[in-house]
Amino acid sequence: MATNNNRPISPHLQAYKLPLTGIISITHRMTGVLLSIGLVAFVYIVSAVAGGANDYADMKAFMNVWIIKLIYWGFVYALFFHLCHGVRHLIWDTGRSFETKTLNSYALIELVASVTLTLATLV
Amino acid sequence: MHYRTPLSRVRGLGSAKKGTSHWWMQRVTAVALIPLSFFAIGLLDLSFNAPYAETVKWLSSPLHSTIIIAWILAVFYHAALGLQVVIEDYVAAEAAKIIAVWSVNLVFFLLAVAAVLAVLRIISSVG
Repeated sequence: MATNNNRPISPHLQAYKLPLTGIISITHRMTGVLLSIGLVAFVYIVSAVAGGANDYADMKAFMNVWIIKLIYWGFVYALFFHLCHGVRHLIWDTGRSFETKTLNSYALIELVASVTLTLATLV
Repeated sequence: MHYRTPLSRVRGLGSAKKGTSHWWMQRVTAVALIPLSFFAIGLLDLSFNAPYAETVKWLSSPLHSTIIIAWILAVFYHAALGLQVVIEDYVAAEAAKIIAVWSVNLVFFLLAVAAVLAVLRIISSVG
């Protein structure tokens, strides 16, 4: 059977400029993976609380090292980004808001909302 | 052309025999996690800043321990479901794919058990 090599191909990531929705979409996936890894840290933290006052003090000192704190802030932002875009996925699941205009305006809303929620949590 | 038998259409489970349950549970846990995650952040904030006694008191209250255990169950389930999709998208080799998905499920199950047990130890330490 003759094969047609000239068929349409999906956009290549290095040649195709992703629209805002596309950037947010892959960020949703990346934040999901990073948050999953962060859950390991949660087990460490809650185990330290269960371990008693000494373990707790050690954990607290470690979590207050500036670089760890910075990672935690990133974790909180990733959480709220994932939450906000997750809400949009739930809206999409009802079959609504697929128009180009709403795609972009919702994208801005969720970016602003995720930053606001992060600042409200950390400041 | 109908390739599917009427019975398979009624059952609606597809070739993997799981139907939409993976997709569906991803959504169910997502909705549960929206309110629960705020409490998880609250617990982390306490743990990094508050004295030991205060964090233990907060977490051992019936309401907060219920919410945090519910969050643990939902979040580890949600993470395992999500990572499975990522693995299925990017790992092409069948054997590697199956091993990766099983490993993720096993690890996240064990992490969830460890986290729940830690909360239970905190509750029992208060007495």
